[in-house]
Amino acid sequence: MGATGHPVAGRDGLAVLDAEEIRRSLTRIAHEILERTHGGDGVVLLGIPTRGVPLARRLAARIGEFEGVEVPCGSLDVTMHRDDLRFRPARALGRTDLPPSGVDGKTVVLVDDVLYSGRTVRAALDALTDLGRPRAVQLAVLVDRGHRELPIRADYVGKNLPTSQREVVHVLLAEVDAQDAVMISDEGRPS
Amino acid sequence: MSGSWLIKGAEVAGSGGLAVADLLLTGGTITAIGAGLSEAGAQVLDASGLIALPGLVDLHTHLREPGREDAETVETGTRAAALGGFTAVHAMANTEPVADTAGVVEQVWRLGREAGYCDVQPVGAVTAGLAGARLAELGTMADSAAHVRVFSDDGRCVADPLLMRRALEYVKAFDGVIAQHAQDPRLTEGAQLNEGEISGRLGLAGWPAVAEEAIIARDCLLAAHVGSALHVCHVSTAGSAEIIRWAKSKGWPVTAEVTPHHLLLTDELAVGYDPVFKVNPPLRTAADVAELRRALADGTIDCVATDHAPHPVEAKETEWSEAAFGMTGLETALRVVQQAMVDTGLLDWPGVADRMSVRPARIGRLTGQGAPLAVGGPANLTLYDPAAPAEPVSAAGASKSRNTPFAGMPLPGRVVATFLRGTPTVLDGKLAR
Amino acid sequence: MKRHLISAADLSRGDALLILDTAEELASLADRPIKKLPTLRGRTVVNLFFEDSTRTRISFEAAAKRLSADVINFSAKGSSVAKGESLKDTALTLEAMGADAVVIRHSASGAAHRLAGWVRGSVVNAGDGTHEHPTQALLDAFTIRRRLKGATARGTALDGIRVTIVGDVLHSRVARSNVLLLSTLGAEVTLAAPPTLLPLAVDTWPCAVSYELDSELPKSDVVMMLRVQQERMTAAYFPSVREYSRRYGMDAARMAKMPDHAIVMHPGPMNRGVEIAAEVADSVRSTIVEQVANGVTTRMAVLYLLLGGTEFPEVTS
Repeated sequence: MGATGHPVAGRDGLAVLDAEEIRRSLTRIAHEILERTHGGDGVVLLGIPTRGVPLARRLAARIGEFEGVEVPCGSLDVTMHRDDLRFRPARALGRTDLPPSGVDGKTVVLVDDVLYSGRTVRAALDALTDLGRPRAVQLAVLVDRGHRELPIRADYVGKNLPTSQREVVHVLLAEVDAQDAVMISDEGRPS
Repeated sequence: MSGSWLIKGAEVAGSGGLAVADLLLTGGTITAIGAGLSEAGAQVLDASGLIALPGLVDLHTHLREPGREDAETVETGTRAAALGGFTAVHAMANTEPVADTAGVVEQVWRLGREAGYCDVQPVGAVTAGLAGARLAELGTMADSAAHVRVFSDDGRCVADPLLMRRALEYVKAFDGVIAQHAQDPRLTEGAQLNEGEISGRLGLAGWPAVAEEAIIARDCLLAAHVGSALHVCHVSTAGSAEIIRWAKSKGWPVTAEVTPHHLLLTDELAVGYDPVFKVNPPLRTAADVAELRRALADGTIDCVATDHAPHPVEAKETEWSEAAFGMTGLETALRVVQQAMVDTGLLDWPGVADRMSVRPARIGRLTGQGAPLAVGGPANLTLYDPAAPAEPVSAAGASKSRNTPFAGMPLPGRVVATFLRGTPTVLDGKLAR
Repeated sequence: MKRHLISAADLSRGDALLILDTAEELASLADRPIKKLPTLRGRTVVNLFFEDSTRTRISFEAAAKRLSADVINFSAKGSSVAKGESLKDTALTLEAMGADAVVIRHSASGAAHRLAGWVRGSVVNAGDGTHEHPTQALLDAFTIRRRLKGATARGTALDGIRVTIVGDVLHSRVARSNVLLLSTLGAEVTLAAPPTLLPLAVDTWPCAVSYELDSELPKSDVVMMLRVQQERMTAAYFPSVREYSRRYGMDAARMAKMPDHAIVMHPGPMNRGVEIAAEVADSVRSTIVEQVANGVTTRMAVLYLLLGGTEFPEVTS
């Protein structure tokens, strides 16, 4: 059963989270962040490109709505710190955009769409270290699909989604993909 | 190997075209030409399908000895010549020391006789040390055992017009000819490649066509004025061919040569900066190649001369501007001429005999060479298979040097045998001695 | 992108945009406390400089070090090359040292091409004779884009931007690379020079030609001045420095004829008073100082894209 009480759709390219479920997950995460950071004090949200960035903005917007707190928001590209660079062609870089208040002494909440092996987050922690010295770093993800290869865990999770390693999880967000959904398919994007 | 040879069933290049015949070579002379000649004691060579040409004569070769034996010697160079079908080569004078005295030219002549692969006719320098300042001892060289008749500062241009005039006048006394390397030094200072679209793109200093054409025009006028023989080395531009055509139309005593590489290759090849394509005069454009072919076909350009210029590996395996100028050419000449002139229908095999044997021997004033194949004539002949499958040229040959621009390029034909005064120097495509 | 960067013609429009956008991202590195990225850790970049050029060498060195690569500097003076070691032997020595990339500056056109045939790593041409200097063109393109487009620069090319390049085009590797790269990026390029300083076949190049500078100034968004060497005078390329300066030099009066937004560039080093007046070089329109900083970021982008992965990224342009 899905979060809304409707049957979760099957595992062949159909949505496992629809727009409504995504909206509720983000609302919940926003509340959890406020709870655990004493009302968002000193919090900076950094989305990991590509889709972590709109997710971070949505969280910042909700936090603003709920508490009237303006949480600084930005993006952190991790390409240059990846551990698998030598196995693929050199990739184009995403944007790194830190809010003017920086990260020193802040509680940085990294935001990404999917948590899988944990290597992206490790790269993000390295990238962050070169930018400053946060007081604490937390992790918010929309989907945790398991199969961690490093000792990394998320502080805030939208949905836990057990998957097999043959499957591919696709997160679609309106800002990038013109719709909101989380899909699973066997290897390769659904057309 | 001594004794007679019977060449059976060759296609003999004569004035009427190609005619199948047997040739009997005895004691250095062609003693019979006809059908079904008898074999009495002669060694037989089955030449069916092969073209028989008079032994090729090269008016322009660099044998490098004395002085640059790391690149080539008279022995290795004449081996390469024989494999290319040549029975005589003219050895240019830019050796170390320069061939500007009887002593050096006699040394080169003797080395050629000792090696025995082909006749070596030394060319004498025009100016002492090739310095372009005063005349070399032209008369003494003419009177020497080397019997020099062709004089050239090749490698350098005789740029001083007064000196060129004097040289032309002086050699009239012994029926000599001045062979000019036409390159105005001021217009070509530091020049690397034909001046054109490619040189501009590659950032290499350009070598303008006019640097060659202006000297040729001047020298044709000088030769006419003093009534002496001018030979133009390695013509490389369409404009040069036109000027020579004009001079000949006036009846002036001008002859000219073109290299095989200028009949086939263009400056496009320089794009990878490989100095194997660096040569003086430089490779030009496709339009120049087309005009040079036409000029050779109609006789405006009298002959093909290889300008065989061997260089050691380190002189070519470097940046373009540091590399030496020059390409080898003796072993591939006839194949290139087949590709560029015969297979394109511009010249027939009797025409090849004329441009690569008869006329060069005449210009070089060589006796006993360049005679059309006839009874009583010297037994200098080349047997060539034009139908041999096109094989990529190997850089490794008889020459000591490897700087051939044709390496890896498929060229048609194969020299099968070369006879020097009745003795084979090459049999079945390999050296026979 | 191809394995080597030897000519600006090696770059498609997509490749060039990828480099500019990557450089845009890397530019913010200069403002961070730790000006370093781990990306090329363990890679070796050799600076093979046969010509004196402290400025360019330092730029490449900084670029490589900011990406955590190991840098080996090899300058020709006082080395075995000065004693006559050939380019090929130098290349083989580098191979033995395991260079992942060789940045070469050499006085002979085509040296980078030849080197590429002898080493397994990537070759970056830092200027070969009078042939090309592609990273200079990239940093120039980057500078133009930033200055003229500011915040909207990312992802865009130089379509419609009018660039006039002034000076000794015949002997300029910077000119050759810029004509190629800027036109690939959609700019309209004009060369302004005396006829003696233009290559014979310049009409085959993707640019316009003018023998007069003044008529081009009001129509230019960018005026790029090339260095003119005094030695050209003795080879009769122009009669005197004074005449050259009068006809083709950029001074305050000429700068005033340019549109308000237009910029003046110079690859350096400058001959103040010959091709460019001091007041122009020091004016706010001049990009000379930022070209130096942009050089480091563009070279970082090039090194990252050549060495940061295994093969070369396919760009759908």
